[in-house]
Amino acid sequence: MLIFGERINGMFTDIGEALRNKDPKPLQYWATKQEEGGAHYLDVNSGPAIPTEERVAAYEWMVNVIQEVSELPLVLDSTNYNAIEAGLKVCKRPAIINSCPAEQVKIERVFPMAVEYNAGIIGLTMDKKGIPKDAENRVAFAMELVAAADEYGIPMEDLFIDPLILPVNVAQEHAPEVLESLRQVKMLANPAPRTVLGLSNVSQKSPDRNLINRTYMAMAIASGLDAAIMDANDDDLVDVAATCQILLNRSIYADSYLKVFRSR
Amino acid sequence: MSVTLVKERYSSKVGEVILGATSEQGGTRTSTVTVGGDSGLPFLQFEGETKNRPVIAMEVTDVVPTWNDMIKNQIGDVINNPVAWAKKCVDEYGADLIYLKFIGADPEGENRSPEDCARIVKEVLAAVGVPLIVEGCDDSAKNNEVITAIAEAAAGENLLLGLAEQDNYKSIAAAAMVHKHTLIARSPLDINICKQLNILINEMGLPLNKIVIDPTVAGLGFGIEYVYSIMERARLGALANDKMLSMPMICTVGHEANRCKEANASVEEFPGWGDLADRGVLWEAVTASGVLQVGASILVMRNPAAVKLVQKNIADMTAK
Repeated sequence: MLIFGERINGMFTDIGEALRNKDPKPLQYWATKQEEGGAHYLDVNSGPAIPTEERVAAYEWMVNVIQEVSELPLVLDSTNYNAIEAGLKVCKRPAIINSCPAEQVKIERVFPMAVEYNAGIIGLTMDKKGIPKDAENRVAFAMELVAAADEYGIPMEDLFIDPLILPVNVAQEHAPEVLESLRQVKMLANPAPRTVLGLSNVSQKSPDRNLINRTYMAMAIASGLDAAIMDANDDDLVDVAATCQILLNRSIYADSYLKVFRSR
Repeated sequence: MSVTLVKERYSSKVGEVILGATSEQGGTRTSTVTVGGDSGLPFLQFEGETKNRPVIAMEVTDVVPTWNDMIKNQIGDVINNPVAWAKKCVDEYGADLIYLKFIGADPEGENRSPEDCARIVKEVLAAVGVPLIVEGCDDSAKNNEVITAIAEAAAGENLLLGLAEQDNYKSIAAAAMVHKHTLIARSPLDINICKQLNILINEMGLPLNKIVIDPTVAGLGFGIEYVYSIMERARLGALANDKMLSMPMICTVGHEANRCKEANASVEEFPGWGDLADRGVLWEAVTASGVLQVGASILVMRNPAAVKLVQKNIADMTAK
């Protein structure tokens, strides 16, 4: 189970301000802190803090300042592919592009870029019409992404299918459909593509967010989830990820398994 | 239609452990022995590297052991003299390492003093140039005293010291750490305890490349399949980047195989089993060859004739 730390995102006030002031400290603080929490990758998102025309330069700067303090590979999170490409150019370790929907025009832009920079791709099970309601249509989009990976020669292990979880308080019926999608995505190819979720979405604007996040994560891991963009500093949540590894017999049990999961 | 060779890609490999220390490294060995480092399943050289071939340590005891005559006769007079015995194992039988076991330290037996044991280690170190594996007796309290004295007397030699176990690892791990030795971590045929023990030892500050796993091997016909599957699982864990299971493994096959009835009973007693001379040798050699297939790095052996067979087996399996 891979943890993609979600905290370096311009939607958070401290990061937004840091981006505007070109202050590397908050980014570096969260890079280190998330790594300590158990993150395996760091998601990097400028959010709306930076005007569109400055995003390319902003991504280059973000990647550089984070790499000054952390060895972790990065997940470059933007809808601006020029910004992602600027980030990829300065990444020291193979990164993951977050993300590409199942739209031909975007596939043609993103997949060759992944090949050129030896990057992974998060593929969203949606097109410009939006997110489908049922598992069937989500899986159909996943199949298009799998076919694209095959066409461009991207190994299935480098393709992360995101079946897109929505907040349970307003889109409750999506939660089981996403679990079913995770199960079916694992049957699309051999080796199977990997799967990822933007986990914290499930609990947007609900009380007890942490409880909802960790319960849904355990269910999703049992359904085939390989990675989550999540709060790497929610210790209970990381404990659940570690425990799932043990209960699914993916990691050999030892009494100190929680500690082992966080160590590198 | 062509056939593609299926090659597994592993994300990690078995850690390397160096035994012994030369004069530049603070010891007196003429050469060191490196074990581990494999990046695939044992001997599958088409998909991974068998970096260091498995090695054989021959067993030497401080007092004359209660072994069967077939083995004792091969060793001859030197069985009374651990120093000459060790020298014979290296010079005549080509042992890579000497495994020195202080059965004489047992309080129920001769109750040899720790100082006496340390003196014998020093003498063996002076007689042979290969690295040493040293274990005390089976009484754990006495073993701690003996090993602590030996660790201090042979500081800097990078001995492989035994045994650390889950309920008794602290003093021996501390001795290994202070005097720069490597440690055997033994678990009772249990991969979970094996992993936990490595974690506990590592938490004390001993680096992972100073630990060797002893999974507690069993003799052929007496539960070898349990250790076989555990060792295989540990190797797969190591290759899948489980750092707490990525240490090389040591197997005391001579001890276990020669405890089996089949390695000791005469043909008169069991006519259906055939001649003991062949059977005794093969019981140890097959036990050893079995665990080689699941990643044993150090074989602790006893019978010189079995050693010869297994040396050939290792040479065949590692030939490029």
